[in-house]
Amino acid sequence: MAETKSEILQGTLDLMVLQTLAAMGPMHGYGIARRIEQLSENALAVNQGTIYLCLIRLVQKKWIKAVWGTSENNRKAKFYSITKTGQKQLKIEAEGWERVSGVIGRLLQLTPGGKTS
Amino acid sequence: MSYLVARIVAWFRRSELDQDLDQELQAHLSLLIEENVRRGLSPEQARREALLKMGNVASLREAHRETRGLPLVDTLVQDLRYTFRILKRDTGFALFAILIVALGIGASTIVFSVLNTLLLRPLPFKDADRLVWIANKKCVPEQTTQVAYILDARRANNSFTELAAYFAYYNIGDRKLTGDGDPERLTAVPVTQNFFHVLGVEPQAGRFFNEDESGIDSPTTVVLTDSLWRRRFGFNPDIIGKTLQLNGKAVRVVGVTPASFDFTSVFAPGSRVDLFSPFPLTPETDSWGNTSAVIGRLKPGVTLESAQAEFDILGTRLSAEHKSNGNEFQPVLSSLKTYVTGRLRLALIVLACAVGLVMLIVCANLSNLLLARNAARQKEIAIRVALGAGRRRLIRQMLTESIVLSGAGAVGGVLLAVIGTRILTRLDAIRIPLLANVQIDLSVLTFTLAMAFVTGLTFGLIPALQVPAIRVNETLKDSNRGASGSKKNSWLRSALVVTEVAFACLLLVGTGLLIRSFLRVLDVDLGFQPERLATIRIDPSSNYSTQAKRNAYFDEALQLVQNTAGVEACGLTDVLPLEGDRSWGVAGVGQVYERENYPEAFVRIVSNGYFKTMGIPLLAGRDFTEHDTANSEQVIIINDTLARRLWPGQDAVGQMVTQDGGRRVVGVVGGVRHVTVEQESGSEMYLPMRQTTDFSAVELVVRTSLPDTSVATTIREALQPLDSNLGPKEFRSIQQLVDKATSPRRFVVMMLAGFSGFALILAALGIYAVISYSVQQRTQEIGIRMALGASARRLQAHIILQTLVLAGIGLIIGLGGSLIMTRSLAALLFGVNSYDPASFIGTVIVLIAVASIAGYFPARRASHIDPINALRSN
Repeated sequence: MAETKSEILQGTLDLMVLQTLAAMGPMHGYGIARRIEQLSENALAVNQGTIYLCLIRLVQKKWIKAVWGTSENNRKAKFYSITKTGQKQLKIEAEGWERVSGVIGRLLQLTPGGKTS
Repeated sequence: MSYLVARIVAWFRRSELDQDLDQELQAHLSLLIEENVRRGLSPEQARREALLKMGNVASLREAHRETRGLPLVDTLVQDLRYTFRILKRDTGFALFAILIVALGIGASTIVFSVLNTLLLRPLPFKDADRLVWIANKKCVPEQTTQVAYILDARRANNSFTELAAYFAYYNIGDRKLTGDGDPERLTAVPVTQNFFHVLGVEPQAGRFFNEDESGIDSPTTVVLTDSLWRRRFGFNPDIIGKTLQLNGKAVRVVGVTPASFDFTSVFAPGSRVDLFSPFPLTPETDSWGNTSAVIGRLKPGVTLESAQAEFDILGTRLSAEHKSNGNEFQPVLSSLKTYVTGRLRLALIVLACAVGLVMLIVCANLSNLLLARNAARQKEIAIRVALGAGRRRLIRQMLTESIVLSGAGAVGGVLLAVIGTRILTRLDAIRIPLLANVQIDLSVLTFTLAMAFVTGLTFGLIPALQVPAIRVNETLKDSNRGASGSKKNSWLRSALVVTEVAFACLLLVGTGLLIRSFLRVLDVDLGFQPERLATIRIDPSSNYSTQAKRNAYFDEALQLVQNTAGVEACGLTDVLPLEGDRSWGVAGVGQVYERENYPEAFVRIVSNGYFKTMGIPLLAGRDFTEHDTANSEQVIIINDTLARRLWPGQDAVGQMVTQDGGRRVVGVVGGVRHVTVEQESGSEMYLPMRQTTDFSAVELVVRTSLPDTSVATTIREALQPLDSNLGPKEFRSIQQLVDKATSPRRFVVMMLAGFSGFALILAALGIYAVISYSVQQRTQEIGIRMALGASARRLQAHIILQTLVLAGIGLIIGLGGSLIMTRSLAALLFGVNSYDPASFIGTVIVLIAVASIAGYFPARRASHIDPINALRSN
């Protein structure tokens, strides 16, 4: 069910949000969702609302912070930006991710003969 | 950590954060719509797609709350709110449940607070676990030791940092306080100079005794107890250094013991002590014989066992060294705590088990009620399941309800316990140590809290686990009764009732045994008749300086009282029964005994008329007369036990004993229970008061036909010419002494009887509830039976039989359990054995009777069912 999917994605989503904010500067929720959607080629297109669950968690962990601002269409919206601790966390998570993906990558290259091709 | 804080803060700011989220989502939605419009969708379609993309806003809001806040607290609050709504709807049930939990937890809390004070907490002294009671096995029952042994043991032992003692033969009301205010008889305990130091007690004012303050007979200094300081001197600090008139002599107050130090509650429960005087360890006090109760403080690292080993050797050696003075020293060491509370240990454990049984019955009862409620709530529960409530959530909701109930009950229970313990601490007529220290403290409250939680969980668990078994579809469809779970449900409920009856049976058998023992104790032939006996101390003042003058005083006092209207008999004694004892060695002239085997007898100094007054039968010879004085032949009266011991098979009257250089036995009397009511009297001897000076108190005993209210005034008026200083409060009745001696037993029996009564009521209610429920469930069946011609009488009989089957099964289990359990009660029983048929049969009769009554009402209701209505209603 959806629950298992989001469980797997939770950590990944955190990383994506942090990375997006680190690269693009302060953004509101819609912008972040839009950005991730574009970059992931809609692979992560769950309902967009769930981005706010991730955002509030990251705010509470003090990895990002939020200030009220005005959106392009003159609506009151929260703008999120990454904090210093967030930067550190991003670095840790990115390294972790690369290590895992490296391991997975090598694993996938294993052939029935037992040797890496 | 800060993450948790953030979530707690968020929980409190939830409405604000909800608004924030709404605003964000609004912005998000409008941006989505705009984008969709840009992509060329119609405004309506743009909106619909945007909403789809956003997802379910309501569940998102819920998820947001859970992510940022404290979801556990949220559900708890929800469960509680629901619980209160449910319980408000069913006030009768809630009140009943709270009431019985309150009674159960109140009783448990009281028992625990007593247990905590007497068994769990250390004695109220510094490092109390290192304090040791050193009994002398050679001196039964007082376990006292001669001064010379204390001095030698002090020097020779390596186990104790210090040995201290108090003079165990102090008399209640020994010191008469005169001077400012009303004259008053005070009780003083002579203690060794280091007594307070060994116990680790510090004075709250002034100081304790120093080495120099040790003179015989005329202690020049005293230490006041806190209660005397408060009562008599109003906490006046100027009392230190002041002089008081005690027994006509001036003594100086040097200090006051702290309020936390209560000598009597530890060493002499059920009595009062006002003063401490110095007890010198000198050849003079040594010559008094076995008089001192000894305590010691173990050196660090020394165990009780190693100290005992050392004292075994020491005792043998010292006894040999002191062979000339007659007394032996056979030290038996026990921790002071064991000495003080050890005898009550079993009784307290029995009480604790009883109260535990009561709690189990309470739980079974409430489980039963909750099961019945579940049956009635099946629809509500089915709807909740249909709306998506999970199994866990339902169980949690049910447990929340039961824990809320037991929590509310616990609040009531604590109130009951506060009242109960307050009453307990004021019961100074009960001879139970440390009772005054019983209180509801933090550990007791912790116990109550745990108790409330466990109780709620216990009685809520079975009903809660039953809930998910409800079949939603059938229940919602079936408009009649929730037929699905009801079979299993009613089986469970019957099992619970059987359990209740079995536990109640256990309690009743135990209580029955103890009540029968208590009745046997009350029935004991004390050797005297305690009814209509009043007593007051009338020691001659120091003006009566010679024996001749004192004898004249006794003559006059007896004369004055005897001539008073309403007085049947009167006499004098130095020690009242059950109040204190001393024993001396005694032998017939010419008889030779081994030292270990030397006869001993309890000694009483009495006047003529004492035996008649007390109702002690004179078996042979004559009573003392007023002519048995120092100038006539030295005489003695002994009891039949001593007569048999000294001259088996012979006539004791006319024989000579070695006492005081030769006394002739002029009479033999019956034995008197002097130590405890339960204990057989041993050898006893009586010396005439006019022939000896070896007594420290004179108690006047009067048998009257006067009403209790006027005894004191009448006797006081009669004695006016002799002593104008007799206080009306100084009168006591002998019955009070007997009651006090049986008070610990009475205390346990009363508590147990209360518990059993409560258990019986609960069991009856349980039976009633189950049978009523089954009648209600079977209304249709009963209607059909009646329509088919079953008579009301047969129907009633059928239902009562059903009740009796339940009770019978419970009884069989309970009686079986009782046969095993009551064996451990043996040490508390008196005059009955643990298989006492009367207690068992009585229990069976009581339980069957109660079950019949509990079953009768539903049976009668069933027989009044109108078959037409029963069949029509569906």
